[in-house]
Amino acid sequence: MPERLLVEAVNDALHVEMERDPSVMILGEDVGRLGGVFRATAGLQDRFGADRCVDTPLAEAGILGTAVGLCMAGWRPVCEMQYDAFSYPALDQLINHVGRYRWRTRGKMSFPLVIRMPYGGSVRAPELHDDSPETYYVHTPGVKVAIPSTPADAKGLIAAAIRDPDPVVVFEPKLIYRLARGEVPDGEHVVPLGKARIAREGSDVTIVAYGAMVGVAERAADALENEASCEVVDLRSLKPLDEESLLASVAKTGRAVVVQEAPRVCGFAAEVVAVLAEKAIFDLRAPVLRVTGYDVPYPYWQLEDAYVPSEARVVDAVRRVLAV
Amino acid sequence: MSRVLPAEGGLRRVIGDGGLLPDGEIEGLGHEQLLALYRNLVLLRTYDERSVIYHRQGRIGTYAIYWNHEAMQAGSVFALEERDWIFPSYRESAIGLLRGMPPSTILSWWRGHPAGWWNPEDYGVASICVPIATHVPHAVGFAWGSRLKEEDRVAIAYFGDGATSEGAFHEGATFAGVLKAPAILFCNNNQWAISTPLSAQTAAPTLADKAIGYGMPGVRVDGGDVLAVYEATREAVERARAGDGPTLLEAVTYRAAPHATADDPSVYIDEERAREERENECVGRYERYLERLGVLTAAEAEEIRNDALAVMRDGIVEAEAEPPADVSLVFEHAYADPPASLATDLEELRRILSDV
Repeated sequence: MPERLLVEAVNDALHVEMERDPSVMILGEDVGRLGGVFRATAGLQDRFGADRCVDTPLAEAGILGTAVGLCMAGWRPVCEMQYDAFSYPALDQLINHVGRYRWRTRGKMSFPLVIRMPYGGSVRAPELHDDSPETYYVHTPGVKVAIPSTPADAKGLIAAAIRDPDPVVVFEPKLIYRLARGEVPDGEHVVPLGKARIAREGSDVTIVAYGAMVGVAERAADALENEASCEVVDLRSLKPLDEESLLASVAKTGRAVVVQEAPRVCGFAAEVVAVLAEKAIFDLRAPVLRVTGYDVPYPYWQLEDAYVPSEARVVDAVRRVLAV
Repeated sequence: MSRVLPAEGGLRRVIGDGGLLPDGEIEGLGHEQLLALYRNLVLLRTYDERSVIYHRQGRIGTYAIYWNHEAMQAGSVFALEERDWIFPSYRESAIGLLRGMPPSTILSWWRGHPAGWWNPEDYGVASICVPIATHVPHAVGFAWGSRLKEEDRVAIAYFGDGATSEGAFHEGATFAGVLKAPAILFCNNNQWAISTPLSAQTAAPTLADKAIGYGMPGVRVDGGDVLAVYEATREAVERARAGDGPTLLEAVTYRAAPHATADDPSVYIDEERAREERENECVGRYERYLERLGVLTAAEAEEIRNDALAVMRDGIVEAEAEPPADVSLVFEHAYADPPASLATDLEELRRILSDV
């Protein structure tokens, strides 16, 4: 099996799916001739033509809005948002239409579109190139959300998203676009939505994470090697959420720490904690703690390392739940 | 040859006033078609007037009135083929009537009953767009996507003057221009966005002027003149089919009725101007034109009105006969492949409802 970087796995997934299904098309800013600012779409325009890998005007709501119409005309558009925070203008279309249109037609029409975007911080970038906006998307009915943390999952989840009959948003952790390298199956490779991955088995505490935070959780688990056996659950899909794997892990360990980059209030970690409170309270031997970004604007990049959950903060939280 | 004449403010018009202002004519429209267009106008008008009454009777919910907008809707749809798609706003809620949609469906929509939500593919009519202008990019995407699939389909999106201030209009029009989408952006400029007049909406001399910025033709037409609207739309359709891209049509009228049943325009509107508009409303204008042409008699007009009334009477009976919607429809259709939580929620809700 070839080794690929995470961003190469994204590119591979798009090649394979566009080859497989002639109704798949890519649209976004700079995705064609340039191949995307991160090169995620490199080579697609040469291979499939300018009508299937389209350099659009610089207008995110226009991209997602026309994608709704493209679905009605029989296409499966894959929209790239160039950066996380650049996607906010498209939230209007997402909330008003993307998540509702199937329901409006009483299930008669499908809107199998995909939004993919690089997200997350720690990349020493200007303002608004570092956000973790997944909560806005997960909170929108009618929309599914996946976030890979490995190259193989990046390929498999994008393929699943493209094949899914519902709109799916895939957040790609840009920090590890070129840091994560791993084996990626050649050809068609699908990782079903709604299935978590046990990134590391353990018995004392469950660390729940997704995206670039999975690596942070794993490094924290390494640091705690002599103190505790940490299980790391990589959620992979935020919606649908694999509650079964989550609850099974917590039933085993009795303790949980949930990690996310996004600000704390109403972030996805809060949802995980609520699920545990509703369904695992009697398995828990300690309060569930969250390690998150703070409820402030994402900081000046010289201070971003203090904001993004670090290995040290995760270690601290794990020690606190173990001390109960 | 069609004879399209200038009206006040450079608007295209065809219908005269029976006095000094002469009538024009449209090439290619025989008497049968002129009468069919009249029937469409009357059907839309009857739907609207009955809906206001049904609302007062508590038989439908809040309703967005389109009285005196019928010429814009009927005239433009008359220039389309069945395969072309219509993207309505709430002001065109009943435009599906012109595509064979039963009135009961639309009445059910205004009754908040699931029977009012249709399959756009059945009529080539997209869902009613409630948020302003956000369907403009849908129409553009549909038109563009159809052309990419080499399907000869035009899309028309309807929106009001206020919608041209929205970002979605700008982005949709930008895409349409760049992609040369076979789309028609149809602005029904009734000069009011609820209580906000056009002068507070834009500093552009006309809304059609905005077309220049998108690289498409902007055409201004008398929105109360069904034939002028038809002719301008037909031209835009021809342009779209020929691969020459989109057109912005600005049909100018004046809102002579409240924005919706919950609105009180006496607080803001120019009542004198509204009264003038009501006296010159679009269905009557066309009726008098047909009478001058000798195509329509008073008795025929009466019969057409009665037919439309009968259709509406049946429609409301049918809508009210819809059985109460099952609570499962709260959850159904949100996803093709729903998260498991939806089934759990339904089960719990059923248990609680059955306990009551």
